[in-house]
Amino acid sequence: MSTWSRNNPLTALAVLTTALLGASVVLIFFYAPVDQDGLNQKIFYFHVPIALTSYACFGWGALKAFLHLWKRLPSADLESYVAIHQGVIFGAMTLVTGSIWAKVRWNAWWVWGDEQLVLFLVLFLFYCAYFMLRFSVDPGPQRANLSAVYALFGVVLIPVSFLAIRLANSYIHPTVFTSSGPQMATSQFATFCVAWAAMLSLAYFLYRFELAGKRLDANLRELRELIT
Amino acid sequence: MRRYAADVAVLVRKDLTLELRARDTLPAMLLFVLSALVVFHFALPAHSSDLAAKGLLWVAIVFTAIVGLTRAFVAEREQRLIDGLLLAPCDRSAIWLAKSLAVLAFLGAAEVVALPAYAAFFSGIGWSTVAAVALADLGIVAVGTVLAAIAAVSRARELILPLLFLPLAIPVVVGGVGASVVVSPGRYLGFLCLYDAVFAIISWASFEYVVTE
Repeated sequence: MSTWSRNNPLTALAVLTTALLGASVVLIFFYAPVDQDGLNQKIFYFHVPIALTSYACFGWGALKAFLHLWKRLPSADLESYVAIHQGVIFGAMTLVTGSIWAKVRWNAWWVWGDEQLVLFLVLFLFYCAYFMLRFSVDPGPQRANLSAVYALFGVVLIPVSFLAIRLANSYIHPTVFTSSGPQMATSQFATFCVAWAAMLSLAYFLYRFELAGKRLDANLRELRELIT
Repeated sequence: MRRYAADVAVLVRKDLTLELRARDTLPAMLLFVLSALVVFHFALPAHSSDLAAKGLLWVAIVFTAIVGLTRAFVAEREQRLIDGLLLAPCDRSAIWLAKSLAVLAFLGAAEVVALPAYAAFFSGIGWSTVAAVALADLGIVAVGTVLAAIAAVSRARELILPLLFLPLAIPVVVGGVGASVVVSPGRYLGFLCLYDAVFAIISWASFEYVVTE
């Protein structure tokens, strides 16, 4: 088993991810108790882990960007880009699941009082601009630098925006919603942790998968250039 | 340190001299901010509150800054001035600081006209709004200059700068509008100071990577 997983890391990761996702779905629907919010509270186990995973991706992308600027690691630029790409995908899922939750809970598709959701909208706009930038500069060392600098701005923007949205709510919305609901029971917390581990594992698998694809693509292009 | 300040002073003087001779940024910013205020007058229905107009003042400021920033690196790009600047034996961050100060001067000049015009068109403004505008300008030019340099390299240029800049300007707008509309603006002014400090440091440190390979 161990040699097989060492030889096929991506497949092993995919198996692990599938097992964790399956386990988390079973736990969410059959183990975690239904609380006073009823069945719709179950989206909490998807929405919050997806959001936290998205933060992890942005953080990882910024770390790789920093390593690119500081240590000039040759692979860091691509890794930073792929991590941010995954972060945007999970960010979009956060917006969608958060919007659904808001509809069920507060009967509105969009609630400006929900700080996390507004923060994600700002970050989503920011990182979409990251892609616009990346695709309008020719590939090369300069594009890697520009992307890295912008990614670092992003990771600074997260706490600053969070603070800003907190402040804005005090003059736009006097009442602040608490989206966490009642205190979590142990079984709920355990379910939440498994769900989060599943999402992290999924993000990591997708990250490795995309990275492998991109590298293969680059190698293929090099080969083709050599032949012609 | 003294050397650094002298470099910055020379570079600022270069930008201001260029502007004095060509006059293509500041008049555009002035005209833009006045036009924007007139548009806002017609965008607000009768009996709208003064508070809504205060919010629009901040929209005008941010967009006027974008107009100025779009022009910031035109000479560097079109006349290949940036190659000369990079060859000059000065710290690269001095280029950023000088360009920020030049844009700050243009933005400040535009606001010297815009704020009285706003007071005449809409409603009077208090000292807290003026303080917030001054603090916000620092943050706007610090971040905006780096982003303008980034945008100058890309193919989309003028198109991409607002996309890069607006998400980063949201906290500035929050701080500015908050300071303009609440009774005790201390928290918001403090937040603007924090924004200025954090983004000035990261901009100062990262500018070298934007202009070099």
